[in-house]
Amino acid sequence: MDSEPAAALEISALVKTFDRPAVDGLDLSVKAGEFYCLLGPNGAGKTTTLRMVAGLLRPDSGGISIFGIDALRDPVGAKRVTAWVSDEPMIYDKLTPFEYLEFVAGLWSIDSAEADARARDLIGWLGLEPHAHERCGGFSKGMRQKVALAGALVHDPKLIILDEPLTGLDAGSARIVKDVLLQRVRKGMTVIMTTHILEVAERMAERIGVIDRGRLIANGTLDELRRRAGREGTTLEEIFLQLVAEQEQAA
Amino acid sequence: MQPATIPWFVRHELALAWRDWFSMMTAGKPGRGLIVAVSLLLLAGFLHLLAYGMVASYAGVGDNPDKTTLVVITGCALLSWSLMLSQAMESVTRAFYARADLDLILSSPAPSRRIFALRIGAIAVSTVLLAVMVTGPVINVLAISGGVRWLSAYGVVVAMGATAAALAVALTVALFRLIGPQRTRLIAQIVAAIVGAIFVIGVQAAAIVFYGSISRIAFLSSDIVASLTPDTDSLVWLPARAALGDQAALAITMMFSFALLSTAIAVFSTRFGDHATAAAGIAETRVRQRRLDGFRTVSPRKALRHKEWALLRRDPWLVSQTLMQIFYLLPPALLLWRNFGDETGALTILVPVTVMAAGQLSGGLAWLAVSGEDAPDLVRTAPISPRAILVAKIEAVLGAVAMVMAPLIIAISFASLQIALVAMLGIAAAAASATAIQLWFRAQARRSMFRRRQTSSRVATFAEAFSSITWAATSGMLAAGSVFALAGAFAAAIILFLTWTISPSRDAE
Repeated sequence: MDSEPAAALEISALVKTFDRPAVDGLDLSVKAGEFYCLLGPNGAGKTTTLRMVAGLLRPDSGGISIFGIDALRDPVGAKRVTAWVSDEPMIYDKLTPFEYLEFVAGLWSIDSAEADARARDLIGWLGLEPHAHERCGGFSKGMRQKVALAGALVHDPKLIILDEPLTGLDAGSARIVKDVLLQRVRKGMTVIMTTHILEVAERMAERIGVIDRGRLIANGTLDELRRRAGREGTTLEEIFLQLVAEQEQAA
Repeated sequence: MQPATIPWFVRHELALAWRDWFSMMTAGKPGRGLIVAVSLLLLAGFLHLLAYGMVASYAGVGDNPDKTTLVVITGCALLSWSLMLSQAMESVTRAFYARADLDLILSSPAPSRRIFALRIGAIAVSTVLLAVMVTGPVINVLAISGGVRWLSAYGVVVAMGATAAALAVALTVALFRLIGPQRTRLIAQIVAAIVGAIFVIGVQAAAIVFYGSISRIAFLSSDIVASLTPDTDSLVWLPARAALGDQAALAITMMFSFALLSTAIAVFSTRFGDHATAAAGIAETRVRQRRLDGFRTVSPRKALRHKEWALLRRDPWLVSQTLMQIFYLLPPALLLWRNFGDETGALTILVPVTVMAAGQLSGGLAWLAVSGEDAPDLVRTAPISPRAILVAKIEAVLGAVAMVMAPLIIAISFASLQIALVAMLGIAAAAASATAIQLWFRAQARRSMFRRRQTSSRVATFAEAFSSITWAATSGMLAAGSVFALAGAFAAAIILFLTWTISPSRDAE
């Protein structure tokens, strides 16, 4: 019997340079079934890293392994178990949420009966029922984000990567999104999320990584980060600002 | 300069217009300025040569023109004017609906009437400038060959632009009041597209119906038109007389048009802000679709094809823009109807027109499918190879082209199976070439940018046009049984090869 690899994501010596190094020899490991938050100041390399993991950018060098699948050698295999949700939900204005989910199910070759049932569940959980057969063109950002999230979950990925999924959402929508993600983690899904809302990371993440100038400068549970910063009982915000300031000084 | 005054607004608008134009011409790469300038000079030279070949022999038309001359000049002016009106309507619609700086203007204490008056004026100026760019070479050639009196045609062009802008504002505001801001956006853009084409196609259709000829000039200079139009001393011919150098006619024409534009500015600039505010306040229409009975199990390729077709079918504006190219098939279709069954010669004319239209249609559809993907991240993170994605999109494009062109091919096949086969081969070659060019020059963009797709790559636009023209010529020659068809096919292959060698996709390989 195949045993599930311990790591959902293994990144080793990852490098990506545009006009300057965006990701600079990054090493990162995320356990299977973990809720992991990746934090960092603007331009730190979070989105670039996650876009490479999702197969949207080709790294200059380094390795990416998703549940033991080499994402650079077998991108289709890696994509089969992964979902990506960007901060700007890109959905089709002329399709309804149901049609959008049917399209996504088609792209991932999911059996129609299975996908149909999942889609109805997701539409219900995310509170999209009244708008399920309306075209997405007139939807608010929150509704679009929920449709995009439903699209990411309809093929039941083992790893979901979300880039700033809560930006611009009202409190109610943000709560729904967070609840759905926590419920999925309980069922064994791995979630990797970037966010600038540090309270969310503090409350939801099992482990937190801090990235700056393309390098991982801290990684661990909140308590481990507190110990590393030498500030027991303090907030993640204080720790984050201290870590980034130390990094700035060192540079 | 005193802020919030007319000159201050003019300076602001000019700076924005210049930057927008420069960015459009250089595709956002400032380093290309010199190349663009040289290209424009070369293009101007080429257009002058072309105009010389077309109109130099008419430069001697006298001061006392006959009715046929007046009809032909007025007809040609009306053709240009319908295009100007179409362009002005597009600009007015965009001014109403573009969010851009509207919030800033309307929330500032500056009198918004001034800036909206200025914007209507700017629409007139941009309409005139475009018309001058197109007609300039013709007027210059006529002036060089027939004397400076022809330069007064520039005055007529300015008058036509002013009239077109005034009427465009009036028409759009009327639509606003009649059907409301929600529907005006779409309807105005479709009306603009139809206005731009209807006169051109109408005259061509009349020429075919009455004379079996596709030539507009032949129709305009015919006895039928002469008998239906007023005498030479009618006021209708004032613009034509003005173009021929009659200074009194020019003064009246220009005064009339400026009076019309001034009235439009005075009447509509006050309400312009109200309409813009109303347009800004509308939410995108909520459209309910038929409930899905249940999901269907489809392959990724089929899912992509269906998605492309559904998006196209549900976007009336895109459909109208794309099908305008098919609208131009109406004259050849009429030609087919008139000569059905017995005259293979007329069918030979139909083949290149059909092939040309298919090439242009494919180019537009391929851009939408390949570059105008609104959820690129979703498609690229799906577990399908990039090659399979491209194949599915190509299938979607060629399938749509086949659906549009099939009825015409079937109709031709009743008249001549051989010519239908030639047309089919030509359509396939033109469609495949245009699609390939769009693939080589693909650049991610929103579907809503369709109208400006040509500006993202001039090379792709010209290559697509030349490829369609060459395949059209090849098919025409093949239908006529000429051995020169081989040369045409060779030229098309050369164009495609050269385009591929300079395409960014080849650099990426």
